Amino acid sequence: MTSAAPTTAPAAAPQPAVQPARPSAGPWRRALGRLRHNRSAMIAGAGLLLIVLACLLAPVYANVIAHTDPFTSNASGTAIVNGQRVPVLAQSTEGLGLGVTPIGPTWDPGNYLLGADNQGRDVMARLLYGGRNSLLIGVSSAVLCCGLATVLGVLAGYFGGWIDAVLSRFFDVIWAFPVYLLAICLSVVLLTSGLHLGPIHIDAGSLALPVVIIALIYVPYVARPLRGQVMALRNKEFLHAAVGLGASDLRVMRREVLPNVLPTVVVFLPLMTALNMLTESALSFLSVGVQSPDASWGTIINDGLALLYTRPTITIAAGLCVGLTAVALNVLGDGVRDALDPNARLRGGA
Amino acid sequence: MKRITAIAGAALLAVGVAACSGGGAAPGTDTAAGPDTASQPAQAAAGFQEQHKGGTLRLLAKSGDGTLDPHINYSNGNWQVFQAVYDGLVSFRKVGGKSSYDIVPDLAEEMPQVSADGKTYTFKLRQGVKFATGDPVTVDDVVASFQRIFRVSGPTSGTFYSGIAGGADCVKKPAGCTLDKGVVADEAANTITINLVEADSEFLQKLALPHAAVLPKGTPDKDQGTTPIPGTGPYKVESYNPNKMMKLVRNPHFTEWSRDAQPQGYPDEIDYNYGLTPEGAVTAVQNGQADWIFDPLPADRLTEIGTQYAQQAHVNPLAAFWYIPLNVNIAPFDKPEAREALQWAFDKNALVKMFGGANVAQPACTILPPAFPGHADFCDFPQQDLAKATELVQKSGTAGQEVSVVVSDDDVSKQIGEYVRSTLEQIGYNAKLKVISTNIHFTYIQNTKNKVQLSVSQWYADYPAASNFINVLLSCASFREGSDASINISGFCDKDVDAKIAEAMKLDQTDPAAAGKLWGELDRELMKQGPIVPLFNPKQIDFVSKNVGNYQFHAQFHALLDQMWVK
Repeated sequence: MTSAAPTTAPAAAPQPAVQPARPSAGPWRRALGRLRHNRSAMIAGAGLLLIVLACLLAPVYANVIAHTDPFTSNASGTAIVNGQRVPVLAQSTEGLGLGVTPIGPTWDPGNYLLGADNQGRDVMARLLYGGRNSLLIGVSSAVLCCGLATVLGVLAGYFGGWIDAVLSRFFDVIWAFPVYLLAICLSVVLLTSGLHLGPIHIDAGSLALPVVIIALIYVPYVARPLRGQVMALRNKEFLHAAVGLGASDLRVMRREVLPNVLPTVVVFLPLMTALNMLTESALSFLSVGVQSPDASWGTIINDGLALLYTRPTITIAAGLCVGLTAVALNVLGDGVRDALDPNARLRGGA
Repeated sequence: MKRITAIAGAALLAVGVAACSGGGAAPGTDTAAGPDTASQPAQAAAGFQEQHKGGTLRLLAKSGDGTLDPHINYSNGNWQVFQAVYDGLVSFRKVGGKSSYDIVPDLAEEMPQVSADGKTYTFKLRQGVKFATGDPVTVDDVVASFQRIFRVSGPTSGTFYSGIAGGADCVKKPAGCTLDKGVVADEAANTITINLVEADSEFLQKLALPHAAVLPKGTPDKDQGTTPIPGTGPYKVESYNPNKMMKLVRNPHFTEWSRDAQPQGYPDEIDYNYGLTPEGAVTAVQNGQADWIFDPLPADRLTEIGTQYAQQAHVNPLAAFWYIPLNVNIAPFDKPEAREALQWAFDKNALVKMFGGANVAQPACTILPPAFPGHADFCDFPQQDLAKATELVQKSGTAGQEVSVVVSDDDVSKQIGEYVRSTLEQIGYNAKLKVISTNIHFTYIQNTKNKVQLSVSQWYADYPAASNFINVLLSCASFREGSDASINISGFCDKDVDAKIAEAMKLDQTDPAAAGKLWGELDRELMKQGPIVPLFNPKQIDFVSKNVGNYQFHAQFHALLDQMWVK
């Protein structure tokens, strides 16, 4: 906070105004300031905000604008296109009369804006609902992944010794598997009967299942760098001082170590969200992610695959949503990293 | 017959039934929309046309269809190929159209003499027929072949052929199988006598299937896998790699002995290439790089094929249906009202759309397909009535219960499953879709331990007999608790129905017309009890290249590959 210059100074000889000491902004505030000046990050953030808002308003679009239920089959339904009532799934009448084609994009927001899928459901409404799930899974799994990775990375880095050895081998084991292979294996197994681990019970079709699976497979990717960072901090004077003053391990980790690794975690969050969202889309595309009746951008791409020749809009629209969101998250993540640590400009930064 | 050979085979072996299920097999009556189907009998009658002999027929499939051993393979893909490679004592007439269901003598000189009690069949073996090795076919080969059906534990040994005297013992102890009382050769008279434990009106049809092919004596009593076994047909398999290619060349020792049973083939060589996706295969046929596709055509290419390539597409009905088996032994479908609700719940025209439209399938009201023996023309649940279905669900007291719809992971099944789930939600259930791999789906839904309430399945007849649907799918004998091979997926068992099935099967031998009427009545009664919901009867679409002529659709084995012209 700045204070105003004194107004009672003598007129004869102007004296320099006495400026009270300006308290320096905290590191987070300074980072936010730097982020605000990063135009790419701000554009990406705005784009992301738009996508999130649109997805959050999915029920409004479905109920008020399109008057449709995107989770109920409408194979025998009709729609009005150019003033004419036409079947949503149109039977071919030419030649041998083979095949059925869903209605294409009408560009009318109230009436199958992006057309219908092969169940006769409104693609636009499903895209918005699907986006909610894709974003929810992306964000939730990123938070869970970063949370777990922070705990494990700090424990491994701070204590070292056998704790580090055990945790590091655990990371190695997970790291040894190709990410998608591990995710598919876990999904195939857990989708049959759900996850029942002590007090944790997750139903087979629950959205929590892909969240947990995706979070788990990426834990080593976040925990490893954090562990290294904590090991470096372990030899810093301020940490020795805290220990010398008699602080417990828990207190040292909470009050001295954690605040120093938190910026790294914050940088990881948007990047992991993008990565996890892509993973979710891939798993859903392979039918081992989000399960019906829920939808995600991945499941919509999968639905659209069977209509790639006749109605490519479905796949293209869902693919664009995934792509744009991932790009926005990555650019924003880069901006956050540059803002938090201007010296670590890995990809150019702002 | 089923595409997933091993699974279906194992299932049927234990169940003691006689048919098949799965993704794309079997016969259909002649024909609806195929452009040249009307000309099929004329072409067949025209005899062999020398000017079209020669060339290479190029076939495509995603992958090979299992073992080359005709006594073991139970898949439509290779059964189709076996028609040009192997023969049995009798066979289905190798022509297009309805007469393809006729049984004609093949390696037998004439139709067998059948004893008055229907238990003894005597065949006189045709002379001069040779295997691809050049060795003549003898009665010893025939006896050895019947023994081998059991010794290799063929998938239908316990079902189709266990009625041969000694067959039941051979099922229990395959290694020592002799069938010494069941299949008796008379070398001097060149005859084979087959004794049955009980009369079986379908026995000749079972003998006409590849599982009863005659192979050389001395063929090892184990699955020959990718090693070709010499046959007697116009072609022999030169090489087979299920991931790459199967190559058939002319059998140098073949001479046509019966145009009805085993006509000479047209192409000099048949190359069956594996690995292309159906999308890629369609493009290859369009470009003239291949001549025929085995796999179902991709849904989004149907319109294009039906319009721009209409002259190259052939549509034929199949003796098959897609259906929903309802588990009558667990909630909620243990309640008759809940089962009736489902009969009213589905818009079968919508389901037909998901399969490719009204010219690719037709809504089913009955268990027995149209034009199939025993089919009765009725429709007790003619159209969707969601209000009535909802009311019945309420009345049954099962509203709000959780129901899992178990489907396999192919595109059409997933779509149908999603529609079923959505409809169940609409009539008051809390429905979920459970998609599982096609490789395990068929066995999974059969096993009562998995507590499957409702699934989407398919049934393709092995041969034209009503019992092949009703007895197989809904008799008490077909239901085995805790078994992966319980083809009566609904777990339906009604002693009165069983008694009528037995009566109808008996009547089949003496009075087919009366039997047909009884099968029709049974069909109607079963629809009332509602253990299954018939959805639609599919059709087969064959897409051939411009080069191909003389396309003929055999009701039992589909396109007659070796009768296609490429020259």
